[in-house]
Amino acid sequence: MVTKQFARAIAVICAIVTLVACASTTESLYQQIGGEQTIEEITENFVYEIEYDPVILEYFAGSDIERFKQKLSEQLCMVTNGPCEYTGDSMSQVHGGMNITESHFNRTVDLLINAMNKAGVSHRHQNRILAELAPMRKDMLYK
Amino acid sequence: MKLAGFFGGALLLCATSVVAGEGKLIATAGLNQLEGAGGGGIVPWATLSGYDSRDEMSVSAFATRVNLDDYRLHVVGGSLSLYDRVELSVVRHTFDLTTLGGDIAQNVYGAKVRLYGDVIYSDWPQLSAGVQHKVLQDTGIARALGADSDRGTDYYLAATKVHLGAAAGYNLVWNLTARGTNANQLGLLGFGQQQDDGLDIMLEGSLGVLFSRHLAAGVEYRQKPDNLGLGEDNWWDVFVTYIPSKHFNVTLAWAELGSIAGAADQNGLYLSVGGQLW
Repeated sequence: MVTKQFARAIAVICAIVTLVACASTTESLYQQIGGEQTIEEITENFVYEIEYDPVILEYFAGSDIERFKQKLSEQLCMVTNGPCEYTGDSMSQVHGGMNITESHFNRTVDLLINAMNKAGVSHRHQNRILAELAPMRKDMLYK
Repeated sequence: MKLAGFFGGALLLCATSVVAGEGKLIATAGLNQLEGAGGGGIVPWATLSGYDSRDEMSVSAFATRVNLDDYRLHVVGGSLSLYDRVELSVVRHTFDLTTLGGDIAQNVYGAKVRLYGDVIYSDWPQLSAGVQHKVLQDTGIARALGADSDRGTDYYLAATKVHLGAAAGYNLVWNLTARGTNANQLGLLGFGQQQDDGLDIMLEGSLGVLFSRHLAAGVEYRQKPDNLGLGEDNWWDVFVTYIPSKHFNVTLAWAELGSIAGAADQNGLYLSVGGQLW
């Protein structure tokens, strides 16, 4: 009896998820979020967020911000299946010697989320972008 | 008194460190479940309470109330999470017998260790093992119903995973817990039965969707033993949680707890508020 009600609750959740899934199209994530223009906005906003975060800004001391913006745009374009190739160094090369802590990593993810919010990227698109970036974390922490 | 000692100790520990918990994404730290462990509402999860990363610690507190047809459960408690590795918790249960009169109190002391992984970032689910030691303060009803003991210890193994964007772009979280227990109704009706005081393995599970960074909803299920032969039922609930900040969360659930001490169909509202203090 109770098990049946529980199964029904799960069925309702699955139905909602399926309905929402059907509403999405076959466009690439890159197209769905608004292409090059949105990715440039995210990158600009992200750099702005970092400039106003004294903790994370320290990691960028002495780095070439224009190059950073360019490579990050390429990377965001590539992971969202846009028409770009990432031409920068590997994540472990870029972050080697920085000894990035888990909490500073997560703080930076929060800044990226702020940047995506300000660029008008929807919550669901944000999650899909984060899902593409998440596997890179292991090459970035405590190196 | 023991509670005061626990929090005193927790504050002392915190005073020696300068870094408070800030190291997880909002809504990924979960809540405190009924017995104090980091988790959902009725199920302990592999995640630790609080937002500490491996370089930080955190202290969380919560209060929960479940209004049933013939009973009312009050829970107050706190937990300390160390370096996203070890969690210590303590709660006080007060179970009002609103129809019969009187109440039953119980203390639960919990510890949990994260064995593997990160709920978001590792390939496999985060895995933790924990214990919950329960000491019944009012033993009369448990004895009268034939319980074997007024104290008991539950052991559990929990696996939890967040899948980013997996539910049509929404983050999906699931948890599966196996618990060895001889507690009757959380321990409020004692432990075991005079002819049978052994542990039974029970399965518990949670499934939730994060509809935004601040709003989650889902279902939970908890299998329970029936040591006393009173037809103790499995529990389940549907919940909505609002998490406006890392320091405050509020959960409203509909809980179906079945038969309790012979009173059938104990259903009602579950309300919990909590958050990270430090």
